[in-house]
Amino acid sequence: MKSRFVVGAALLLTACSPPVPHNTGVYLLVDTSGSYAKQVTKAQQIILFALSRLQPLDSFAVARIDTASFTEKNIVAKATFDDRPSTTNLQKRAFAGRVEKFIDDTKAAPFTDITGGLLQAIEFLNEKQTGRKEILIFSDMKEDLAKGYMRNIPLDLKGFEVVALNVTKLRSDNFDPREYLSRLEAWRAKVEQGGGRWRVINDLDRLDGLL
Amino acid sequence: MHMTSLLTFTPWPAVSAAIMLALLIAALYLARHTAHQAIHAATSALARGFRLAAHSVTHAEERLSARNRDVLLAAGREAKERVVEREFARVGDTVRKDLANYPDMHRRLGEAIIRIEEDQEKAVEVPPEAPGWAKAIAVVANIDSRNTGTEILADIHKSMVKAHGEAMNDYRKASGERHALLRKMMPDWRMIQETLGRVNTSVVSVIERALVIDRHMQEYEAIVRGEDRALSVLSSSSLVHFFVSMLVLAVATAGAAINFTLIARPMAEMVGGTSFIGLFRTADIAALVIIMVEVSMGLFLMESLRITRLFPVIGALSDKMRVRMIGITLVILLLMASIEAGLAYMREVLLQDELATSALLRSDNTGAMVNEHHWITTMAQMGMGFVLPFALVFVAIPFETFVHSLRTVLGLTGIGVLRALALIFRVFGNGCRHLGTLAQRLYDLPLFVPLWIEARHTTAQQIERIARATKPGHDESLREVQL
Repeated sequence: MKSRFVVGAALLLTACSPPVPHNTGVYLLVDTSGSYAKQVTKAQQIILFALSRLQPLDSFAVARIDTASFTEKNIVAKATFDDRPSTTNLQKRAFAGRVEKFIDDTKAAPFTDITGGLLQAIEFLNEKQTGRKEILIFSDMKEDLAKGYMRNIPLDLKGFEVVALNVTKLRSDNFDPREYLSRLEAWRAKVEQGGGRWRVINDLDRLDGLL
Repeated sequence: MHMTSLLTFTPWPAVSAAIMLALLIAALYLARHTAHQAIHAATSALARGFRLAAHSVTHAEERLSARNRDVLLAAGREAKERVVEREFARVGDTVRKDLANYPDMHRRLGEAIIRIEEDQEKAVEVPPEAPGWAKAIAVVANIDSRNTGTEILADIHKSMVKAHGEAMNDYRKASGERHALLRKMMPDWRMIQETLGRVNTSVVSVIERALVIDRHMQEYEAIVRGEDRALSVLSSSSLVHFFVSMLVLAVATAGAAINFTLIARPMAEMVGGTSFIGLFRTADIAALVIIMVEVSMGLFLMESLRITRLFPVIGALSDKMRVRMIGITLVILLLMASIEAGLAYMREVLLQDELATSALLRSDNTGAMVNEHHWITTMAQMGMGFVLPFALVFVAIPFETFVHSLRTVLGLTGIGVLRALALIFRVFGNGCRHLGTLAQRLYDLPLFVPLWIEARHTTAQQIERIARATKPGHDESLREVQL
């Protein structure tokens, strides 16, 4: 009798517990600084790919990386897709339209605040409380902060996956490839110290593993 | 303790081994009787256990067989009752349709016959009047007077011609009337012939039905008596019904699957595309529920129409209530079919929308192109969405057959399994007994030397006993003892 009561209580508690979310949150940071601004058109390909992969109730935001990235103003487009497939399709089309406009109007920024963008992404995805959290960084991963910006902050990336996309080699990297490798290694260490997973995808024709 | 250390109790391992072997054989020989008893007891217990299990399973199989027989006979009896009931209903319909009008038909036949008789009487030919003038003419002709007779004769002739003409006219008129009367009889004759023909057809139909009923009644009686032949026929019929109904149900399941495909996607628009109940999408469950409700409505409709008899409560309802139920289920089915047609249309719209979005995201312009014959597939989908719910109504018939025949098939399968199990137990039981004998023989195998010595010793003892028994002195002493 007692065991039955315990089993019943356990079932009741399980039934009352909040449901585990299965949706995905994606935050794409697009570097618009310096020479990398030329690569922005490639970002559109990734954004459209992500849109085609995302499902109802998923969240997606695209933000630019410029001199000061830790701000909502940098978010170019954001959406949490509706539960109904038809509305989701409409939202995706509108999203694609806003992104296209951003690609056309983008201007090169003098500095690169990647960490600020990451902090903004963490905040956004934590607010959305999605089951899976993906931060995509479309950048050469060379951070160049303007004077007065404090970004030496530990990142809380538990449950996040950070994917660096199209990490191009700089002119200086060609002189000394160790710079490139050490840059990537530094970012990997930073992400993993924050509890996140780190990945690099440079071949944009092979995005199958993404999302 | 290693084997090598065991062989060190003498300086020569071979000797040690031989001594140990001798000791072992001696021990085995001494324990031989007890070991044989133990082996025998163990294998006998196992054999008895298996035999008991075989008996138990055989008993269960017999009980199941008897139960299956009862079920089969009951099912056959019920089916035959339904067939006979239906045949009686048909006979009743025939009688009601044709013989209910019998008094009216009889009256009409009587009237027609009376009319014919009357007309026939009227049509009797009246013989023409015999000429009464001939003798008068002869008398007048013999009168002896000048010119008087000639004038009279002339007048008579004139009158005669006139009378003849009138008589002929009357005769013709009468003949005409008679022919008219006879002509009037023709429709009555035809009516009588047709009526009698109809009566004949009805009677032949009733006779044929009576023969069919007679045959069914004979089969019914055989079932009631529980004859083996009837049981065999019922059993094979049940198997045939089972497989045929299973085939039809498989086809219906395929139809339901198509139906599901038509409505599952648009259901996501109604209940959301991402919520789950357990491991399944809510939209899928909702679509499945709609199909199940349609099948249930079909079952209720068939029950209300008394085509199937799965729910005795529905069958026992009053006719008025049943008609109401038929109306309600039909309306619900119509609504369901309309909803499905709408969902099928919605599915096509969603599909096009999704294709267009995918094409946009792929930067592919071909996706936006519209096929001018596209409306055909849309209409076909809508038609299927509307028709399939009504088609699923008929699933009730094979389902009922499946349920009824399943009992028998499960019974037959159970009997087969129990028989096989009993056989296996019996084989195991016998195997255990033989295994015991084999184990005893194997036990004796290393003891062949002491056993040979024992056999020799026993033989020698026997020979000695026989020799002692056949000694002459011994015979005499025996004889003395006997005397």
